[in-house]
Amino acid sequence: MTWEVVIGMETHAQLATNSKIFSGASIAFGAEPNAQTSLVDLAMPGVLPVLNREAVSCAIRFGLAVGARIDQRSIFARKNYFYPDLPKGYQISQFENPVVDGGTITLQLGQGDSATTKVIQLTRAHMEEDAGKSLHEDFHGRTGVDLNRAGTPLLEIVSEPDMRSSAEAVAYARALHNLVRWIGICDGNMQEGSFRCDANVSVRKPGEPFGTRREIKNLNSFRFLQQAIDYEVQWQINELEEGRAIQQATVLFDPDTGETRAMRTKEDAMDYRYFPDPDLLPVIISDDWIERVRGEMPELPEAMRTRFEALGLSTYDAAAVTASLEIARYFEGALKVAGNAQAKQAANWIMGDLSARLNREDLGIDAAPVSPEQLGGLIARIADQTISNAIGKKVFDALWQGQGKSADEIIEAQGLKQITDTGAIEALVDEVIAANPGNVAEFKAGKEKALNALVGQIMKAAKGKANPQQVNDLLKKKLS
Amino acid sequence: MAFTPEDVQRLAKLARIELGPEQVNATLGHLDNIFGMIAELRQVDTNGIAPMAHACDVGQRLREDKVTDGSIEQRDRCLALAPESEAGLYLVPKVIE
Repeated sequence: MTWEVVIGMETHAQLATNSKIFSGASIAFGAEPNAQTSLVDLAMPGVLPVLNREAVSCAIRFGLAVGARIDQRSIFARKNYFYPDLPKGYQISQFENPVVDGGTITLQLGQGDSATTKVIQLTRAHMEEDAGKSLHEDFHGRTGVDLNRAGTPLLEIVSEPDMRSSAEAVAYARALHNLVRWIGICDGNMQEGSFRCDANVSVRKPGEPFGTRREIKNLNSFRFLQQAIDYEVQWQINELEEGRAIQQATVLFDPDTGETRAMRTKEDAMDYRYFPDPDLLPVIISDDWIERVRGEMPELPEAMRTRFEALGLSTYDAAAVTASLEIARYFEGALKVAGNAQAKQAANWIMGDLSARLNREDLGIDAAPVSPEQLGGLIARIADQTISNAIGKKVFDALWQGQGKSADEIIEAQGLKQITDTGAIEALVDEVIAANPGNVAEFKAGKEKALNALVGQIMKAAKGKANPQQVNDLLKKKLS
Repeated sequence: MAFTPEDVQRLAKLARIELGPEQVNATLGHLDNIFGMIAELRQVDTNGIAPMAHACDVGQRLREDKVTDGSIEQRDRCLALAPESEAGLYLVPKVIE
């Protein structure tokens, strides 16, 4: 009997502001412990939180990007619990009336021609403050508390339980990660904890109500997300098949063992006793504010994908060149020079030679030695048959090594221009036919492959500068 | 609604407050009084009136996103107020998850 996996995600994206959500302390990563704490972050008596306008703008921008409703009268609430890295004894969060209500994220699933899309519904996204950090080692049996992170603005993005496999959960997390970076509300740095995922996982027999879920907390890489869910699903199935019920619980993933283990069961569960924070008034979000944010928004990945598909890219290619804003900008830069008719070629170069080379040298696309304009110029020369594809790779290499400012300059300096003089090619074809009677005979006897050997010889004699199609045509004509 | 001593104990536990048996009974009385008053308020007809999240019917004031606070000097002054500190950290009894 097969089981159906049900996954919902809660993602914390750290908002890309300068200062904290309710105080004027910095949120820069890596400062001296507690050097970025204000009296508000320390919960000193008599202080009051004052909301950061930019943090709200970030939340609005996200809401617009996912097609959500923006609550124009949004409310902050206290979530009450006790932990040393939360000095107030409560976290300021949102319960009723979060800024972002609903919305959708579209996933790209699968590869190549079998690629499909799936729409995931979002429940909500609300603003909240992060807690500080507890350090459990090295303090002779005490815990050290660093409150630099306390009060860092977060957007918690909650999805509906719409995902049906770890692969879908990872695709969702990646799509969200791409989107928050794309619209500039989060740097997406997972090592530094700027983007963290919690996965709510349950299993059920298809058609039955949802099973009891366990929540895997704080996954900070896509690989761990996949591993943790796969382990958790198998664990739950084993439990159920051996007749044991699942207890609702919060679990942690241990990357060393690849296992999940329960942190606390929901029996002694937290009752957070949410209530509207009397220190904060409702946030009024005017139509003007929303429109201003809309005006500042870059073209979104989905709109760009549609536009690129109209230029002849497949769904898969269009998704690949919009995997990040940097890649999309590079693609557009190359097209500007090469022309829209070369969209497919440009995508091939970027996803092929360029990304392979970037991977090998561990570079991001914004640090590529070959600029989008240079690649566009190269593609244009292949398109107008000044050079062949094979010579193109040589030129790309030369550009990468900085041997010239443009493809044209390198083609000129290294004499790589394709031979278009039919007479010159004919002479080479005749030469090769005369020198390879064996291959000629085989071809005439019906062995198609023998032709390739001859083409290869001719291309070699032409130092790659002949047009392979032209060579092919000429050769066939001569041998027929 | 009437409270039981168990309700009071549970609330005390959530608030990390220790209550002896006498205090439980006293608190029970206080809570019953408070909820009696709430019950009275609930008799007011509020149909068609949007609930408020705050007694003041005005919007939240916002700050510009500028760094204006936090420094090593301020940290050291605050750390000096703490019972225990080390290496720029506040030290607390060991917390085990």
